This record gives sequence, C-alpha cells and structure tokens, in this order.
Amino acid sequence: MSPLLTVDSLTITTRAGLNLVDQVSFSLAPGEMLGLVGESGSGKTLTCRALLQLLPEGALQITGGRVDFDGRDLLRLSPREMRQLRGAGVGMIFQNPSTHINPLMTIGQQMAESLRLRGRLSRKEIRARSVSLLEQVGIPSPEQRLDSHAHEFSGGMRQRAMIAIALACSPRVLIADEPTTALDVTVQAQILKLLDGLRREHGLSIIMITHDLGVVAQTCDRVAVLYGGRICEIAATADLLKHPAHPYTRGLIACQPHANVNAQGPLTTIAGAPPTAEEMPAGCRFHPRCPDAQRRCQTRQPVVHDVAQESGHRVACHYPLQRLIHRELDHE
Amino acid sequence: MHRYRFLLLRPLQLIPVLFGISAISFVLVRAIPGDPARVLLGTRSTPEALARIHAEYGLDQPLPMQYLLFLKHLFDGELGRSIIYKTDTLTLLLERLEPTAMFILGSVLLSVLLALPLATWAARSRGGVADHVIRLLTTAGLGLPPFWLGIMLIILLSITWRLFPVSGYGDSLGEKLYHLFIPCLTAALSLSAVLTRSLRSALIREMRADYFVAALARGQSERYIFWRHVMPNAIVPIINLLAVNVSWLIGGSVVIESVFGIPGLGQLLIKAIFSRDYMVVQGVVLFFALSTVLVNLLADILTVFIDPRIKL
Ligand SMILES: Nc1ncnc2c1ncn2[C@@H]1O[C@H](COP(=O)(O)OP(=O)(O)OP(=O)(O)O)[C@@H](O)[C@H]1O
Ligand SMILES: [Mg+2]
Repeated sequence: MSPLLTVDSLTITTRAGLNLVDQVSFSLAPGEMLGLVGESGSGKTLTCRALLQLLPEGALQITGGRVDFDGRDLLRLSPREMRQLRGAGVGMIFQNPSTHINPLMTIGQQMAESLRLRGRLSRKEIRARSVSLLEQVGIPSPEQRLDSHAHEFSGGMRQRAMIAIALACSPRVLIADEPTTALDVTVQAQILKLLDGLRREHGLSIIMITHDLGVVAQTCDRVAVLYGGRICEIAATADLLKHPAHPYTRGLIACQPHANVNAQGPLTTIAGAPPTAEEMPAGCRFHPRCPDAQRRCQTRQPVVHDVAQESGHRVACHYPLQRLIHRELDHE
Repeated sequence: MHRYRFLLLRPLQLIPVLFGISAISFVLVRAIPGDPARVLLGTRSTPEALARIHAEYGLDQPLPMQYLLFLKHLFDGELGRSIIYKTDTLTLLLERLEPTAMFILGSVLLSVLLALPLATWAARSRGGVADHVIRLLTTAGLGLPPFWLGIMLIILLSITWRLFPVSGYGDSLGEKLYHLFIPCLTAALSLSAVLTRSLRSALIREMRADYFVAALARGQSERYIFWRHVMPNAIVPIINLLAVNVSWLIGGSVVIESVFGIPGLGQLLIKAIFSRDYMVVQGVVLFFALSTVLVNLLADILTVFIDPRIKL
C-alpha cells in the first residue's frame, strides 16, 4: 500500500545551529501503527510536532526535508492550510491529559468546538456526535460525562476523554505522544487496546511515541528507533525485536524488564547517558556507549541502509548485528 | 452540590471579623481626645448642657456599657443616632452611599477598560515594542503617587483645558458622571498599573499552557484560543485582585472624596472624626469593613463558579 504520510530527511535546528533532529525519514501506511522509540531527549516529540509546525516559535526551525501527506508537502503549507490540516489531517494526543485539556471547559464543550469548526451542525447533532465519540472511546454514561470537566475523571478516563476530543476533528493520522506513560499498567493496556481498535475499525493511522518497547511489541506494526535525533533502525516490530541490527536496539531490548526475546541472565542497562544536543559525538552518535564500536564509528556517520530489502528492515550502523550474525553463520 | 456549601458557611465566618472591627473602631475613636457634646454646643457649652447631651446619647455610661449598648443597637438593626446631624446613622449612611458606590464602580470599570486591552496587547506581542512601551507606562503608573496624579489631572483637564469640573458632585446622572470622571480616572490610573501587569503575566502563563498547543493541534486559530481558552483561565486569579482593588478604593475614598469634594461616605467619615461623632464613625467604619469583606466573598464565589476545580 502506498504510504499516507512520508517524512523524508526531516532536520530541525536550534538557533545555535545544532541539529536536534537530523535527517529523520519514515513512512506511515493507512491503518498502520508505527512506533517511535528512543530515550528521553532523542527527538521523538520534536519530530512529530514538526509535522504540524508546532515547534516552539523562534527557538527551533525546520531546516531541511519534506513531509508528504496525501500528496502535499506539509512543510510548505500556508498558515491557513496548516490550520485546516491540524486535527483533521493529522491529530495529536499527549502524555498528560490533565494539562492538555482546558480545565475550565467541559469535555463536551471541547469536542463541540472542533465539530463546529468543521461543519454547520445543530446543537442536537453536536450533542449526538459527542455522545457517540465518548461511547467509542469507552467512557461509561457518556450523556452525563459530556458535562464533566477534566479534573472529574480518573487518569485513564481522562486519557480517553482527550482521545475523544482529538477524534472530534476526524483525523486520518493520530500522533500519540507517550499516551500511556503516566498510567498504571492495567489502564495502560486498556488505552493501547482502544487505540488498536480505532486503527482496526476506523482505519486510523497512528504514530505511537514511547520509550517502552513493551508498548511497541503489543501494538505496533513497525518501529523506528531514534537516538540523538537520528534514526538508527527501522523495521517490522517482530523483525526488530527478534533480529535487532543496531547495537542500540539490542541494548534497548535487553533493558526491557519483560523482554521476551534475547533476554537471558540479569536485567542489563546501556552504560552511559544519552548525548545532549550541545555535546553530540562525531561519527555515529551512539559510539561512546556502543560495546561494538570500532575506529570508523568515531569519525564517520553511518547512513541508513537496507538490512533485508524485502521486509524494509533498515539500519544506520557500520557494523550491523544482523550482517555479522549472517557472516558468522556463513563461516560455520 | 456540596461545592456550594460554603455559600452558607462563609457568611458565618464573617461574624467574628465584624465583631473585632466594631470593637477596634469603638476604642480608636474614643482614644482621640475631645468630646462630641462640646463640638455640638461650641461656645454655648455649660456643664449642665454637656451632661444633658451625654445622658441623652449614653455617653455618661462606662465604656464597656457603651459598647454593649452599641452592640444591642446593632442587633436591632440600628447604628445609633448621630450627635451632630441629629438623625439616625443608618439614614445618613444610605444618603451618602451613592456617590461612593458610583466612584468605586466607576474606578474599577475604568481600570479594567484600561488594563484589559493593554495587557492583551502586551501579552500577544510579548518582547515586542508594544510590550516594552506598556511595561514602561505601567512602571511609571506604579511610581506616581495617586494624589500627585490627581493634582496633575485637575491642572491639565480642569484648569488648563477646562474639560471637567475641579470638584463637586451633581444632581442628574450625567452631571454626576461628569464630576466623577477625574476622581475615577485618578484611581483607575493607579490601579491599572498593577492590574495590567498581573493580567499580562497571567495571560502569558496561560499562553504557554499545554492546552494551548493541544487546541492548536486541533486546528483552532491562535486568536480563537486566546479569547476562548486563555482569557478565562487568566482572569480567574485576577478576580481576587479586583476585590483587593475595591478594598483599596473603599479606603482611598476617604482621601479622594475629600480632595474632590464628593459628598460620599469617605467625606462623611472624615467630618465625623473631626467632630467626634462617635456613632457615625463607628457606623461608617463598620459599613466599610462589611463591604470589604463582602466584596472579597463575592470574588471567592465568582472564582468558584468560573473554575470548577476550586473548592472552598
Ligand atoms: N525549545 C527548545 N529549545 C532547545 N532545545 C530543545 C527545545 N525543545 C526541545 N529541545 C531539545 O531537543 C531534544 C529532543 O527533545 P524531544 O522533546 O523531542 O525529546 P523526546 O524524545 O520527546 O523526549 P521525552 O521522552 O523526554 O519526551 C532534547 O534534547 C531537548 O532538550
Ligand atoms: Mg517527548
């Protein structure tokens, strides 16, 4: 299927000239759920905000790349066109619903304002549509909850309410920025199931930002792993978890408490801390923490290339694990 | 409905406050040396005449007794009789209420009319030229003492340009507003400096709130979000500031009404103090205290109705 959204070499630069996001490319097919994984500060949020041109004004700038959505380059839309695209073309939900929902307005009012923006509807129609949206996200007794404020919901219900508010715009792509990080595990699973259902039943495409590979394993079709603002690996979920090609991905998998693959022995961590924007290492940005780093990794930036062409498994590493394994197998 | 239980409970909390204020005003006004009977009689004061008036107004009683008498009157809904005006203090209060109320209302309204556009403009052009100019203006406004401002306005608007009267009140509504303009403007200019700054910073804080980005991500225009989302959130803390301003104006009316010759409660209070008209002083002070407390209560109630998260 041809992709609905294609991000090509997106680069986001600070005023000081540091590339916080560097040549990031990925694509999203209709009805697909793509995981965007990486440690804190790896540029997941910035990448997605850039799609909607919601970067902090003045401080950060998109200095390169294309974002193709439905045949249009999102980086070249007029402010007016961008406004029409936000919400309806690409919607967004956030980690912290209690601050992302206006505390003074009811959930119903905040859905109504989106519905009104996109069509002349009577009060009755708006109410009916809002009730069905709350039903869709699994909020019990939606008629009454319509008039509730965010603080009257529990954490999980509040996240559902925020999803309903986003759905009121009828998005085709939904960016979910760590939607479950603040929730406890059982509620987390329910929200993931809800998002998965929306995708299956309504063909919604979802970009799932998370730093939890467990979340990815449960829901995503494909995963892109970000490190220091660059893509280091992108592959189908099962492929990536079973045959990680990048040492960083392997490290991430080993860090998972419930790692179902490759996990023998005690829980490990990746030594060292992720680089800050001011101190990006030359060459491969992961090399100071990489157990397999060689001379070349310190000076030359690896390009993203295919590991297995037919499955779309791509990696940015001079010494990808998969090839090494294949070679070792060949020797035997 | 438990959120609104405070509507019943809060007024009860006012009772001790009012008791305290009544006691303090009672003691203070009697601490000033002087005798209202002597003021009233002037040169005609003989020991017998003084004693007669003292007996008539209960001034011959010991002080604790006088206070209890004052409280007893209060429970009967009376404030006692004025020695000088020879009328009921309450009637006197109600007569003088209108100019003061108009002055306070006018000042608050004018200060909001000044602060709202200035704060909006400053917040929306944060860091820009307009923001700096407005910051400069409000700094100047904070630095200038109100009485100096009042004198300048009188010199400029009344004496030089002859646009407004120097002092006094009027009979028709139009005349009254005309006379109140400079006093209200004086007070409003002083108040709007703080008001503008507070509203500006509240607006900027709310413009940085997460719900702002979330609404942008739903395709709303910045203008819409500013008025529909940001402004109500920014106004919540400002409501209490408005109540504080009203409290300031109630106190300030004493000075401003004297300066501008407005026949209101402030002027009545000053005259009553100079003539040691105990009952009137107590009445006005108690009334001012009650108004201050009620205005602040009203602000609390309003805040609760606007912001569903607040519980009192
Ligand atoms: N306005 C800004 N000015 C300068 N640097 C910024 C700004 N916003 C973010 N950054 C930097 O950009 C980098 C990427 O930030 P981003 O928010 O995209 O990370 P993230 O992957 O979403 O992390 P997290 O998991 O913590 O949400 C971080 O190093 C951050 O410090
Ligand atoms: Mg983030």
